[in-house]
Formats: sequence, C-alpha cells, structure tokens
Amino acid sequence: MKMKKFIAQSYLWLLLILLYAPILIIAIFSFTEAKVLGNWTGFSTKLYASLFTSGSHHSLMHAIQNTLVIAIVAAIFSTILGTIAAIGIHNLRGRKKAIMNSLNNIPMLNPDIITGISLFLLFVSLGITQGFTTVILAHITFCTPYVVLCVMPRLLQMNPNIYEAALDLGATPAQAMRKVIFPELKSGMISGFIMAFTLSIDDFAVTLFTKGTEGLETLSTYIYADARKGGLTPELRPLSTIIFVTVLILLIVINVRSERNRKRVEKI
Amino acid sequence: MKWLAKIFTKRSNWSIPYFVFMLVFVVLPLVLIFIYAFQNNDGEFSFTNFTKFFSSPEDANTFVYSIGIAIITTLFCLLLGYPAAYILSNKSLCRSQVMVLLFILPMWINILVRTLATVALFDFIRVPLGQGALIFGMVYNFLPFMIYPIYNTMAKMDHSYIEAAQDLGANPVTVFRKVVIPLSMPGIMSGIMMVFMPTISTFAIAELLTMNTIKLFGTTIQENINNGMWNYGAVLSLIMLVFILAMEVFSDKKEEAAGNEGGLI
Repeated sequence: MKMKKFIAQSYLWLLLILLYAPILIIAIFSFTEAKVLGNWTGFSTKLYASLFTSGSHHSLMHAIQNTLVIAIVAAIFSTILGTIAAIGIHNLRGRKKAIMNSLNNIPMLNPDIITGISLFLLFVSLGITQGFTTVILAHITFCTPYVVLCVMPRLLQMNPNIYEAALDLGATPAQAMRKVIFPELKSGMISGFIMAFTLSIDDFAVTLFTKGTEGLETLSTYIYADARKGGLTPELRPLSTIIFVTVLILLIVINVRSERNRKRVEKI
Repeated sequence: MKWLAKIFTKRSNWSIPYFVFMLVFVVLPLVLIFIYAFQNNDGEFSFTNFTKFFSSPEDANTFVYSIGIAIITTLFCLLLGYPAAYILSNKSLCRSQVMVLLFILPMWINILVRTLATVALFDFIRVPLGQGALIFGMVYNFLPFMIYPIYNTMAKMDHSYIEAAQDLGANPVTVFRKVVIPLSMPGIMSGIMMVFMPTISTFAIAELLTMNTIKLFGTTIQENINNGMWNYGAVLSLIMLVFILAMEVFSDKKEEAAGNEGGLI
C-alpha cells in the first residue's frame, strides 16, 4: 500500500513539474535583463521596474488597462442582464422556459472562433465601426450565460413565498425586490461576476475579431501581435510572473475562505 | 412609461430583455454565417464557395489534419489526465486539497501567456518547434481541462460500489474496468469535449508553437476573414460548426447512455 501511494504521489509531482516548467522558466528569467529569453546576464529587477514606468513598451501598459476596463464593464453589464434574465427564466413555464434555456446554452457550446466571426459579420453587415463598444458587447454576449447559470441555483433554493409575503406586508414590488430577493441572490451574482470577469480577461479569439482596425489592443491580442512580429517584449516575463502569482494567491485565499465557511457550517 | 412598468410587474416577462439581446447577438449572427456562406462575392445566392472548399485540396487537407491533431491531443490528455484524476480523488492516495488546486490553477491563466511560456521552455531546452512541439504544447495547455471534470465525477463517486465489487470477488483490474471506468464516464465525456473543442478550433496556439510552419483549420478561417474573403470564411466556419454540432449530439447521447449505465449498476 505504501509503495502504491509513493508511485501515485510521484506521478502527480512529475505531472506538476511538467505543467509548471514553462511558467517557472518565465519566472526565473524575469529576473534578468537579457532581451532574448534563455540568456542569463545576471540578477536584476530592471524588467519589473521598467514594466511600471512608461517607455518603449507603453502600449503594453495600455493593453493591460484596456483588458481590465473591458472586463469590468462587461462583467457589470452581464451580471445585471444575467440576473434579470435568470429571474425571468425562473418564472417561465413549459416550452418558453425550454427555449430560453437552450438559447442560453448556444454561446457556451459555440467555439470562440465561431462566436467571434459571427459577431464580426453582424457588426459588418449593420455597418457599425468596430472598437471598444463592439468588444464589450461581444464579451457581454459570451459572459451572460454563465451569470444566468450562477444565479439560477440561488433562485431554486429560495422560498417562493417570501416575495409574496413581503408584498402582503405592504412592500412595493421594488422594495420587495431590493430587500428580499436581491439579498438572496447576492452570492450567486458575485460568483457570476467573478466568472464573467475571468472569462473576459482570458478571451482572445472573440476580441480579435471584434476589436476593429482602430488599434485597440487587449493583453491577449497584444501578445499575439507581438509574437507574430518575432521578438517578444521582455517586459512580458515579469508581467506573466505577476499574473501567475496573483492568481495563485487569489485561489488560495478563496479556497481557505470557503474551507473555513464549510467548517463553520458544520459546527452549527 | 406606465405600460412598460405594467409589463415588468409580471416576473416571467423579465426574460424579455435577455431574449431580445440573444436574438440580436447570438441567433442573428449565426444566421448571418449561413447567409454569407450561400452567397458569392457579389451577394447573389450560389454554391461557389462550397465548391471552392471541396475542390481545393489544401483547405480540405488542413481540416482533416486539424481533426487528427485534435484527436491525438485529446488522447494524450486522457491517458495522462485520467490516472491523475483517479489519484487526486482517491483519499488513501492523496489527501491534500492544495494538490487539486495546483492542477486546476493553470486554467485561470491566459492561454496565450501559457503558450508563450511553453514556447520559451522549448527554446530553452533546444527542442525544435514543429509538429511534436505543437502536440506537446496543446497537451500542456489543455491537460487541466481533462483532469478537472474527471476529478469532479470521481470525487462524487460512491465508493461502496467499489467495495461491493471487491467483496464479490472482483480483482483490481476487473473493478477498474467494470466499476470505476463506467462510473466516471460522464466526466470522461465532458473532459474529451473540453479538450477536443478548443483544440479543433484553435489558431493562435498553433501559429506560436510551430512558428507558422503548420497551419490548422482555425488559422485558415482567420486568414480568410482577415483578407476580406468573408463568404469563403463563412463557409469554412459553417463546416466547422456542423462538425462540432455533430460531435455535441454524439457526446450527449453517449453521456446519457453513460448516465443510465451508472444508474443501473
């Protein structure tokens, strides 16, 4: 049994080393100045410093800024639209409900490239100039279904009578919404928002097709354009390292928190 | 304004804004792919672009080649990922939640950053970029998407089935073949879909990993759209869409069958 456990553990670690080797290489070489990755020219934090000062790679900072703005705006709108939609779908019955549910599935099943091209054709045939707005609209399109899926379980768990009870006790529908339904849905909305935010940041294909020709770049399209030119901006190394460490810390915090919550619930 | 307020007091009507949004941004664009595909460059109805695809060996070959690469990548991911998911979900072999977290963490990192890191690694250990690098890189990129769904189904699996099989005299191989694999089938199917779909439609990853020496179908589509060949691009998209729809219907059936089997045991 001990032998079996040892083999199993070694297998996992071997896979992890393989999985993380590329990221580790990037992280190690983010601490040297060499333009080409793989050349070690001594320890230095110059790349980190130059990442945060404006210089030749100014467009990189701009791309990061665009990525964040697009992600936040798209996530806010998807959360609002998705929550309203989820309440609506929850109250639908029969065929209408089935239709809405399958409509909701389409963007999740479609490959990115198809979503991107279809929206590109839409904007082109409507004669809309592509840019910031079209990218945000496109991101709302593929993020909202996930918000709906995050809010739906909360609605199913909710006692259907509390809304009526609030109305009977003299609340206006708006008050009942704000004070009764919204608090119940809040956790679902938050996870929907986070989901939409990460999907938007990760997206590449849809953005590429809807960003137009005005020079709008997000982080993904920037890296793509950069890699196609041949030479990669050295500042991408510290940036990838920072992104990786941030995600790692975030995930650990979320995990520890949910673990603690679970223990608290178990105690009760 | 009053009639508007009246409509929205009925809560089922709250789905109307989303319905309209979906019609404009999901259904209409897909219809447009269809319309563009059946038009020639002057906007008249024709099949010219379809005949172009089937008579040009290069693009048809790229399509078949992409399917091949996607199948190989998926197989490697399954072979490497299944044992990992099994170990992770088995309490006596692996106790730590952090391990699971480490395996799904790469899913949260931008796919281009990850691909870039892979290219850097290959450069570093002097592996030439090409078909081998492409398959390895894709396996790197998509392995977490195979492990996660399989791990999820396995973690929920009722272990008394395994114990029952052992009590009834099944040897470990039989237990694995007749109990563990059938019970984890839904996870395997969704893992396959989660790896196969992105690999078949990818374009940037292949370009970066092969220095543009190997072309996948996604690249062909993107190049045509970029060069203003919208109608031909629409035909290519439609072909991919039909292929993927067929895959989805097939996997749904399989998943249902697997689900039923699981219930029967």
